[in-house]
Amino acid sequence: MFDSLTQRFEGIFSALRGKGRLSEADVDAALREVRLALLEADVNVAVVRSFLARVRDRALGADVSKSLTPGQQVIKIVHEELVNTLGGEVAPLRQSSPPQVILMVGLQGSGKTTTAGKLAKHLKSKGRRPLLVAADLQRPAAIDQLETLGRRVGVPVYAERKSKPARVVKAALKEATRAGHDVVIVDTAGRLQIDDALMKELADIAKVAEPDETLLVVDAMTGQDAVNVAKGFVEHTDLTGVVLSKLDGDARGGAAISVREVTGAPVKFAGVGEGLDDLEPFYPDRMASRILGMGDVLTLIEKAEATFDAQEAEKAAEKMVKGEFTLEDFLAQFQQMKKMGPLQELLAMIPGASSALRNVEIDEQEIKRVEAIIYSMTPEERRNPKIMNGSRKRRVAAGSGTSPQDVNKLLRQFADAQKMMKSLAGRGLAGLAGLGGWRR
Amino acid sequence: MGSAEVIVILQIVLAVLVIAGVAWFVVSRRRDDAALAGAPAAPPRPRTAGRITGRISKASQSLGGALRSVFGRGALDQEFWDSMEEALIGADVGVAASTDIVARIRERKPESTDDARRLLREELEAELSGRDRELNLGSKPAVIMVVGVNGTGKTTTIAKLAHRLKADGKVPLLGAADTFRAAADAQLRTWGDRLGVDVVGGQEGADPAAVAFDAFQAARSRGRDVVLVDTAGRLHSKHNLMAELAKIRRVLEKESAVDEVLLVLDATGGQNGISQAQVFTEAVGVTGIVLTKLDGTARGGVVVAVERLLGVPVKYVGVGEGMEDLVPFDPHEFVEALLADA
Ligand SMILES: Nc1nc2c(ncn2[C@@H]2O[C@H](COP(=O)(O)OP(=O)(O)O)[C@@H](O)[C@H]2O)c(=O)[nH]1
Ligand SMILES: [Mg+2]
Repeated sequence: MFDSLTQRFEGIFSALRGKGRLSEADVDAALREVRLALLEADVNVAVVRSFLARVRDRALGADVSKSLTPGQQVIKIVHEELVNTLGGEVAPLRQSSPPQVILMVGLQGSGKTTTAGKLAKHLKSKGRRPLLVAADLQRPAAIDQLETLGRRVGVPVYAERKSKPARVVKAALKEATRAGHDVVIVDTAGRLQIDDALMKELADIAKVAEPDETLLVVDAMTGQDAVNVAKGFVEHTDLTGVVLSKLDGDARGGAAISVREVTGAPVKFAGVGEGLDDLEPFYPDRMASRILGMGDVLTLIEKAEATFDAQEAEKAAEKMVKGEFTLEDFLAQFQQMKKMGPLQELLAMIPGASSALRNVEIDEQEIKRVEAIIYSMTPEERRNPKIMNGSRKRRVAAGSGTSPQDVNKLLRQFADAQKMMKSLAGRGLAGLAGLGGWRR
Repeated sequence: MGSAEVIVILQIVLAVLVIAGVAWFVVSRRRDDAALAGAPAAPPRPRTAGRITGRISKASQSLGGALRSVFGRGALDQEFWDSMEEALIGADVGVAASTDIVARIRERKPESTDDARRLLREELEAELSGRDRELNLGSKPAVIMVVGVNGTGKTTTIAKLAHRLKADGKVPLLGAADTFRAAADAQLRTWGDRLGVDVVGGQEGADPAAVAFDAFQAARSRGRDVVLVDTAGRLHSKHNLMAELAKIRRVLEKESAVDEVLLVLDATGGQNGISQAQVFTEAVGVTGIVLTKLDGTARGGVVVAVERLLGVPVKYVGVGEGMEDLVPFDPHEFVEALLADA
C-alpha cells in the first residue's frame, strides 16, 4: 500500500538517519531517488536536471536544523522547491476592466471547451455576466458542444457557423458590449504547437481579442512533450496562465512542473471531473505532494491532529503494528475518523495508497453494515472474536440485520486485514516518520 | 456483502491511524532525533553518487539545450550511457524500460558509439516485433469497440477507420454510444455525413450499451460488414465508468463476438498510458492500440512499455485530424521517429 517515493525515502532515511549534516554523498543518494520519482511522474528530463541542480545547491549550503534528520531536511527542501517552482501560492485570475477577455488555447483534446464551460459557471456564480464564444470552427460539432454546455450553465454562447475565428471573436466582443457582458470566454480549436498555419490563426484571434488572460489548457496526463507544447504556445501567444485538466485521474501530473518551468505562467485552475462544477483553484503544495507520490499527507496530518487524541492514536497505531488491534479499537478509532470527512476523500489523501486501492469506490451503505455488525457484538466478542460460535454469530446477524455469512466474512476479513496491516503499518511508520517532521 | 469493501475500509482506517499516530510519534521523537543527529554514523555508501554529481554539474544549461545529442560524442563512457537513457526517457519510454534497454545494450558490449546506436535500434525493434497487427474482422458484421480516456481521439479514429474500411470495399456502420459528452453524437454524425456512412445513435443520456446493441442490430439487418462503436471518454480510475464499458461489451456479446477492442492512446501522454492500458485491458479485453497525434512532436514511447508489459499490439497510428490520417503501425518507422535526435 505504501509505495513509490514514500517507500524509497524509507531506505534513504535508514541510511541517513543520525548524521550531523548533509554530506555531498547523502544528498546525491537522496536526489537520485527524487530524480526517479520525478521522471516517473512525467516531469521532463531536462526540467528534472535543472530542478535537481537547484535542490542540490540549496541542500549542500543548508544549515541543518536541529530538529530534523538529514533525510527530512533533503525532503523538506525538495518539497519546498517544488512548491516554489509551481508558483508558491494560489494564483487568481487577473483583475481587468470589463469586458474581461479570456482566451482558451491548447492541443487537441486537452479539455478547452469543457474548461470554458466550467469557467463560465464559476464566474457566473461570482455574480459576473459571462459570454461564451465558439471560435473552434475546426472540429466537427465543437460549436454544438459549447452551446450544450452554455445551456447547462445558463450562459449565452456567441457562434457563427460559417465564418472565420477572428471574425467571430470580433463580432462577439461587440455583442458583449451591447448586451453588457463583463467577461468573455473564447473557446478556440485545438492545435499542435508546430502547426504554423494554425498558430498564425491563433495569433490573429489574439490580435482581435486583446485577451486579458490567455490560458493554456494542459492535460494532466501529458508526458515529456509538455515542454515543447508550452514553448510553442509561449512563442505565439502571451500566456498568462495554465489550466491543468483531468487531474481527477491517477496521473501524477509532472507536466505541471514542466509547463510552469518553461512558461513562467502560473497554473491557475485544476480540472477535477467532467461535471461543470469540477474546477478548482490550483494548490501548488498539494500538487508538489502528488508529484512526489506522497498523497496529500500534510492535509491528512493536519486533519488527524485536529480530530484524534494524539496519545490515543499513537497507542492505537502501536497496537496495530504489534497485531494487537481489536475490533473494539477499530470501532473507537473509526468513530473518530469519520469526523475527518468522507472515507473516499481520506483515501485520496493517503500517501502511497496504491492505485488499486485509490480507485475503489466506497459504498457508504456498506460501511453502515460493517458498523452495525460490530455494534451488535459484545465488548468481549470484539476483543476476542475467537469466541464467536454459531449461536453468537446468529445473534449478531439478527441484531444487525445481516446474515451469519456476512458476520463470518467480516471476521475473516478483519483477521486478514490485521495480518496485512501488521506488516504494512510497520513499513508505513518508518516511511512516514520522516515526513511528519517537516511541518514545523 | 461486497467482499472487497470490508478489507478496504479497514485498510483506510488503519492507514489513517498510522498517520495520526505518526503525527504524534514524530513530534515526540524529534528531540531524540536531534540528539541522535550528533552521534557518529557509519560511512555513507551511496550507490551511484558519482553519476548524479557528474550530471548535475552539467545541468546548468538552459532548457533550450534539452537533450544533448546522445551519439555526437565518441566515447562509450558513463555519460554516453546516461545520455542514451535520458533520450529514451525523453521520448516517454519510461524509466524502467529505458534502464532495462540500455542495460541490455551494454551487455552486448558494443565497440563504438555507432555500434551502440545500431544496437539500440535493434533492441527497440525487437521489443516491438512478432506481434499480429492486422485488424481482426472475423464475424459479420464484425464488431469493433473503440475505448480510451477523454480527448485522445476516439471519435476521430472511428471516422478514419471507417474511411479505411470503405477503401477496402467494406461497408461500415457507426454506433454513437458516447451518450455522455455534450454533442458527441453530432460529432460522429458529421463524420458519417462526410463519409457517407450510416450512424446509429441515441438520446443524450441514453444507456450506451443499448445504443451499441441497436447499432449492431441495424448493421446486421442492413447487411453491413463492420460496426464501429464509439464510446465516451473515461478515466480508467473511475470504477463505475469502467463497469459501464464492460457492460457494453457484455451486451454486444449476447448477439455476436466482439472482434476488436481498440484502445486509443494519445502520443502526447506520458507514463499514465501504462495504467490506462492495464485497466482498460482488465475491464474490456483490449485487443489493439491506436496511437494518435503522432503528427506533433510527441514520440509516444510509452507504447514500448505497454507492448512489453501487456503484449497488446499497436495496430494503427493517427497522424492528423483528417479522415486519411490513419496508418498501420510500422515498428521500424516508429523506432526511427522515436530516436529522431538520437
Ligand atoms: N493532430 C491530431 N489531432 C487529432 C488526431 N486524432 C484526433 N485528433 C483531434 O483530437 C481532438 C479530440 O478528438 P476526439 O476524436 O473528439 O476525441 P475523443 O474525445 O477521444 O472522441 C479533436 O480535435 C481531433 O481532431 C491526430 O492523430 N492528430
Ligand atoms: Mg468522442
